[in-house]
Amino acid sequence: MLGKLDWSAIPFDQPIPLGAALIVFLAAAAVLIWVTVKGYWPYLWDEWITSVDHKRIGVMYIVLAALMLLRGFVDAIMMRTQQALAIHGPGYLPPEHYDQVFSAHGTIMIFFAAMPFVIGLMNFAVPLQLGIRDVAFPTLNSVSFWLTATGALLVNISLVVGEFARTGWLPYAPLSEMTYSPGVGVDYYLWSIQISGVGTLLTAVNLVTTILKMRAPGMGYLRMPMFCWTSLASNLLIVAAFPILTATLAMLTLDRYLGFHFFTNEAGGNQMMFVNLIWAWGHPEVYILVLPAFGIYSEIFSTFSSKPLFGYRSMVAATLFICIVSFMVWLHHFFTMGAGADVNAAFGIATSVIAVGTGVKIYNWLFTMYGGRVRFDTPMLWALGFVTTFIIGGMTGVLLAVPPADFMLHNSLFLVAHFHNVIISGVLFAAFAGFTYWFPKAFGFRLHEGWGKAAFWITLAGYVLVFVPLYIVGLLGMTRRLQHIDMDLWTPWLMVAVCGIAVMIVGAACQVVQLIVSIRHRDALRDETGDPWDGRSLEWSTSSPPPAFNYARLPHVEDEEPYWTVKQRAVDKQAPEPEQGYEPIEMPRNSPTGFVTAFFSTLIGFALIWHIWWLAIVGFIGAYVTFVVFAWREHGDYEIPADEVERIDRDSRAAKFAWMRGRERPA
Amino acid sequence: MSDITAGSAARDPYRLGRSHGHGLLSATGHGEGGPASKFVTVAYGFWIFLLSDIIMFSAFFAAYAVLSKATADGPAGKDLFELTRVAAQTGVLLTSSFTGGLAMLATHRRSMAAAQFWLLVTGLLGAAFLFLEVQEFAAMVNEQAGPSRSAFLSAFFALVGCHGTHVGLGLLWLGTMMAQLWVKGFRPEILRRVHCFSLFWHALDIIWVAIFTLVYLLGASS
Repeated sequence: MLGKLDWSAIPFDQPIPLGAALIVFLAAAAVLIWVTVKGYWPYLWDEWITSVDHKRIGVMYIVLAALMLLRGFVDAIMMRTQQALAIHGPGYLPPEHYDQVFSAHGTIMIFFAAMPFVIGLMNFAVPLQLGIRDVAFPTLNSVSFWLTATGALLVNISLVVGEFARTGWLPYAPLSEMTYSPGVGVDYYLWSIQISGVGTLLTAVNLVTTILKMRAPGMGYLRMPMFCWTSLASNLLIVAAFPILTATLAMLTLDRYLGFHFFTNEAGGNQMMFVNLIWAWGHPEVYILVLPAFGIYSEIFSTFSSKPLFGYRSMVAATLFICIVSFMVWLHHFFTMGAGADVNAAFGIATSVIAVGTGVKIYNWLFTMYGGRVRFDTPMLWALGFVTTFIIGGMTGVLLAVPPADFMLHNSLFLVAHFHNVIISGVLFAAFAGFTYWFPKAFGFRLHEGWGKAAFWITLAGYVLVFVPLYIVGLLGMTRRLQHIDMDLWTPWLMVAVCGIAVMIVGAACQVVQLIVSIRHRDALRDETGDPWDGRSLEWSTSSPPPAFNYARLPHVEDEEPYWTVKQRAVDKQAPEPEQGYEPIEMPRNSPTGFVTAFFSTLIGFALIWHIWWLAIVGFIGAYVTFVVFAWREHGDYEIPADEVERIDRDSRAAKFAWMRGRERPA
Repeated sequence: MSDITAGSAARDPYRLGRSHGHGLLSATGHGEGGPASKFVTVAYGFWIFLLSDIIMFSAFFAAYAVLSKATADGPAGKDLFELTRVAAQTGVLLTSSFTGGLAMLATHRRSMAAAQFWLLVTGLLGAAFLFLEVQEFAAMVNEQAGPSRSAFLSAFFALVGCHGTHVGLGLLWLGTMMAQLWVKGFRPEILRRVHCFSLFWHALDIIWVAIFTLVYLLGASS
């Protein structure tokens, strides 16, 4: 009846996961009770859960990402404290639990924190920057989000029902095969990543179509904002790389469930094929995350330097160069696995070459600031913190790209320090920068600057304190994923790193406080004009928050910085752009399809993990029925009448012009 | 026409690569015209999805190429493949694409009876293909040549089975769509779905041609 599931799945004998699960459960219950008591359910259901508005979905992606970021951060704290406490001793995490912690940390941070954060920002900003009203397929967008949430939910269920994978964030075969990992941990990994992977792929299809087919009139390719270009490159990479992940994990699933021999030790299975396939996805994945981040930085450097982006076309070329070359470097993840000197040399050179594209970008950002009037608001601070620290991460990457050096340093904490160095400053800082930058656009008020600056400086200090020691212990020979340590040489550095993580906790707390303080003082921080940062691209031309339809009339784009041009013309003439009359607007109707699909997907995933076959069948039938009901609906759109559009637009135009009147054209 | 489109027409009088054979009127989404029509967007998005699907198949093809000699002293392709059945499968599937094309022509004529008839024929041919495939798989499993016998057979069953699963899901889609067409008639969203189905069905043909050549013909000859 319940497959492999029984009471032994609940870890009654392990206080840490049980306690953690209890806290999460109580917090979730408290939130649910609060929502029920306050009567917020109709609002949540109508305005958020069933919403197909790209802005709302983007915000929900970011909320999910922030929660998962905290969860992954707790794992990080446990790993640092375990290594500090387990010097000549057992520490407090037994090996089988420690293995789950580092596997969950990597999985959650990449798939459920970094990816949703980046996708959320793309979802929110790209249609606004393109000057259009929504993405190409709004309901599909909602389905994508909820499937991602399903994956995150399954990973978190594994905390208390069963176990998570002990194989690392990429389940290398044959360790992940049934022979060596008989538990449900790897199955949790497989199904949560498969389900959220479908969501990610559909998002990419959606955004590629949106960017290539749905731009505002006049916006040729070379007039798109840089963030749209990098989003396009990133989503093309998703379309080209995620199917490889799907296929690879499907093969491992067949091995585990039906006794296939893709990657087993017996009957001709080939373990190296797993490593090759997973990194053929895995290396493009790095650029899937970091390219949109580069786009965010480009927007921020240009806006806060009060200058157009330096070398826009070279930036586009560098982005597409990285997009293509990212498929030609995957073997550098396993130089030591016996490909031979010639192959290693080819991939080593390719890896060094890809750094040239990034170098072009770095210089473009520096030259954007040169001669500009630089304003040091919080988003700009994150961007500056990125440029300074990312260069170190990039240089250690080029070092690791040299195969002989890699033979010495692979699998060490030097490597761990390298990829955290690039991914934290590259992706996480960009996520925080983009969050602060577009927050006023999403909610109509700014985040508190003081707390934001404190969060930046403290996080930066903590980050340096954690990872510089890890570089050093890596050079001193410490391998990654050690549950206990017997080398006194490493002790002082591990102590510095654990102090660093304490500083990072303070930094994270500052971000939470910043959010709370900003919400409490939202009236003082209100953004009346829709243009709080003196922006240059189209999203700043509409009100904050934008109306459901974004733009009363689709803007006409005349150059690379459409809003800046219009704004300067209005400031010069001291008159707003003339009104052009209003027409009714058709917008897509809300739909619970995404949420219901995700509900059945959760059933399917959970059932397949625990071999509850009847429940899986119920889930599949439910998902199919949901799909048919959606396909059968009569009206997909509703119309906003012209006078309603006019009323909304008049208000925002008046506010904007009142602000422009007091403004002089900068020299 | 706004200044901007006029300007670009002056610089680019023949609109190279931009006209799609429809002249200036149709918005193709290249920028000057604004967002493309719903039909273009949906078909384009579906093309992108198909490309991703083909990449997934390419991973299974790559795995098959790596493992095709790893028979673990078990049967190889030439011991197992029956080319007569495979030829019949190929004939049935390619014919179903042809009848699918006839169904498309019937929808363009807005002829409900013909559209339903040709869609039904397409579905029956697809079902016949699946029947032959299941028959083949069952025979192999009976001969102790199932997917867990060797890595070669794992890769074979996964690749061919993945294509078969796609055909099966296509049939489910086809049946649902026929019912919808019957109830609701030739509405724009249903015409878009018929168009996407046609793309999907042809893509499965292309993948089958690759399977037929790389798996069956090469496997039976070596």
